[in-house]
Amino acid sequence: MKRSKRIEALDARPVNLDGYINEWPEMGFVAMSSPYDPKPSVRVEDGKIVELDGKQREDFDFIDQFIADYAINIDRTEKSMAISSLDIARMIVDIHVSRKEILEIISGITPAKMTEIMNHLNVVELMMGMQKIRARRTPGNQAHITNLKDDPVQIAADAAEGALRGFAEEETTMGVARYAPLSAMALLIGSQVGRPGVLTQCSAEEATELELGIRGLTTYAETLSVYGTEKVFIDGDDTPYSKAFLNSAYASRGLKVRFTSGSGSEVLMGSSEKKSMLYLECRCLFATKGAGSQGIQNGSVSCIGVTGSVPAGIREVIAENLVAALLGLECASSNDQSFSNSDMRRTARTMLEFLPGTDFIFSGYAAEPNYDNMFAGSNFDAEDFDDYNVLQRDMQVDGGLKPVTEEQVIHVRNKAARAVQAVFRNLNLSPVSDEQVEAVTYAHGSKDTLPRDVTADLAAAEDVLKRGITGIDVVKALAETGFEDVAASVLNMLKQRVAGDYMQTAAILDKDFHVMSGVNTPNDYMGPGTGYRVDGERWEEIKHIPHIINPKDM
Amino acid sequence: MQINEELVRQITNAVLSQMSQTGGSSVSGNAVSASDVPSMAGQDRINEEKTSYADYPRAKKGTDPKEVVIGVGAAFQKEITKTICGIPLDDVLRNVKAGIEEEGMIPRVVKILDTSDVCFMALEAAKLSGSGIGVGIQSKGTTVIHQKDLYPLSNLELFPQAPLMTLETYRQIGQNAAKYVKGEQVVPIPCTNDPMSRPRYQVKAALMHIAETEQLDPEVGAVEWEGR
Repeated sequence: MKRSKRIEALDARPVNLDGYINEWPEMGFVAMSSPYDPKPSVRVEDGKIVELDGKQREDFDFIDQFIADYAINIDRTEKSMAISSLDIARMIVDIHVSRKEILEIISGITPAKMTEIMNHLNVVELMMGMQKIRARRTPGNQAHITNLKDDPVQIAADAAEGALRGFAEEETTMGVARYAPLSAMALLIGSQVGRPGVLTQCSAEEATELELGIRGLTTYAETLSVYGTEKVFIDGDDTPYSKAFLNSAYASRGLKVRFTSGSGSEVLMGSSEKKSMLYLECRCLFATKGAGSQGIQNGSVSCIGVTGSVPAGIREVIAENLVAALLGLECASSNDQSFSNSDMRRTARTMLEFLPGTDFIFSGYAAEPNYDNMFAGSNFDAEDFDDYNVLQRDMQVDGGLKPVTEEQVIHVRNKAARAVQAVFRNLNLSPVSDEQVEAVTYAHGSKDTLPRDVTADLAAAEDVLKRGITGIDVVKALAETGFEDVAASVLNMLKQRVAGDYMQTAAILDKDFHVMSGVNTPNDYMGPGTGYRVDGERWEEIKHIPHIINPKDM
Repeated sequence: MQINEELVRQITNAVLSQMSQTGGSSVSGNAVSASDVPSMAGQDRINEEKTSYADYPRAKKGTDPKEVVIGVGAAFQKEITKTICGIPLDDVLRNVKAGIEEEGMIPRVVKILDTSDVCFMALEAAKLSGSGIGVGIQSKGTTVIHQKDLYPLSNLELFPQAPLMTLETYRQIGQNAAKYVKGEQVVPIPCTNDPMSRPRYQVKAALMHIAETEQLDPEVGAVEWEGR
């Protein structure tokens, strides 16, 4: 056949590099609703749920049982289930029905009912729901801070710049897992150089992550994964009960913690039990609530290539974010994984969370170029900072970031790199040269930095664990090497662990270490004239992007 | 074997070059219309047939301290013959083994039928290995070097981005696995990262994983795969 030049041009567009697949319910390739999804039902006998979504108690798998026993308000379940799904869907978008009233009703419904409610809402209604139901009044943002070399000096510099730019939380991970103690330490130091009060975490194998948290080298945890089918849970050597236990382990040491889930994981693991992605994600979120977690990172997350490949996949993503909020959970709403070759498509996908605002719009914005992003690439990266700032300015929307100056960036990057250099020297860890500090200060990514001595770094990382180095040792090292202000900030972060206020739903800290959570600064949106509005100082900050025309120059 | 690859190709519409190839045969002139791809709805498997390993010798725990066990996926060299980026699995295996041998250690290949999770596959291989060091390789190419006494989801080295793997990397994996046995200070193989591999390959990865998982046979466990 003779090719059409028009079709050839279209075929060559980046959007056609993305993967798409037809719906295939038997393998779970279906977003919002599968013919095999159960019908909502509940039956209570002697104060116990004995039937859940068409299944009798003796047929429950461990997720059903966990949900029935811990995630549903038994006192009001029959009343909630009697309200039609359509009516609840309408309440969600009705500005005259408060968040509190809706959460109360939702506390009694089942996962299948939740799925049904979501299926009544289109994307604009889902966004409207998110604007109203999000836990914290002010939206927030989280960064990924990683690099291809696992270079701790670069981690510190990128963390400082990210904090300066407005991220309230920063998360790192490693290419080589054994780097974790150095990565965590560098992130902690760098974040506090950029802006006191930024929370940090190091995504690692669960036991390591817990140990780093207990030692005070991280200030929150996020990587507690839950799944929607029993098989995938078991494959991960886990149950909802073990996750609840791990959650308590963090809580006992005063650490903020959120779970992680997201549609598509069961499909990717080949165990979707023919259910829709949304229904399985509802199960995850109910299990998360039942385990007592204050929040969740969800929105397909690292499986976005699967959810994004099916029809209505992106509608499903905002739906699952809203489900989290409806269950009263803090929602860190993904946008954290490269998802499309098309700039248009990846931006559109993010608007669903950016416009209504979520507790964390990204649960990792790559604050480094994507080639350095060790979560395999985020949906937005450091090269998109100005685009993002302009989007905030165009729409008068608070996306959690702000424009910065080059002088500020260089200053905080250099200070963070020097602080890590000083701490490593003081604690007798692997050396950081002045040349490295210089390179990292002015670097965009790891292509601009010097190589690290990996063997020495790994030996130092092991040493940190062996010698029992804690957050307090970092405070001491900073204080002894002339970084008293950073030492004070790190110490303040450790004090949060004792106070525990930042374990409340959707908590972040301002630069004076005041907690802003869904409890003391709850979302009070009820239509025009209410809720969070971008104005005053914050609006002035957003307006001041670089590259503004000066009329005097004409 | 061929059938499966055809099927994967048909149902993933991921790679542009494939789309332009199929475009020519379209009658409607709409080169990529969804109707060109047959619906799989109603089908429960990717491959109709399940291979039986009941007659294969069960994998035993090795005693040679120089041994490195390579645990391959259930569909390896059978239902799936190439990695996600098209490297023949025969060549993958040859290179990992060669890497191990170059460092003076002895490879043994087993097929893991308990699990298709690469960390658990690698750990099982490590536990079967005389040295306690094992390598797990999924049929799509994802690889982990593991040690018998580590947590399952921990590892010595992990290569999560299968589309970026080359035969040279597989050879280095063999070499590094052998070096861990010798107790040397091992420099991990430098990481590679392509942020665009997820949008391009994740659906294909899901399909290949399903094809692997549906061949599992936990009753049999693990079998000797060398010299089959």
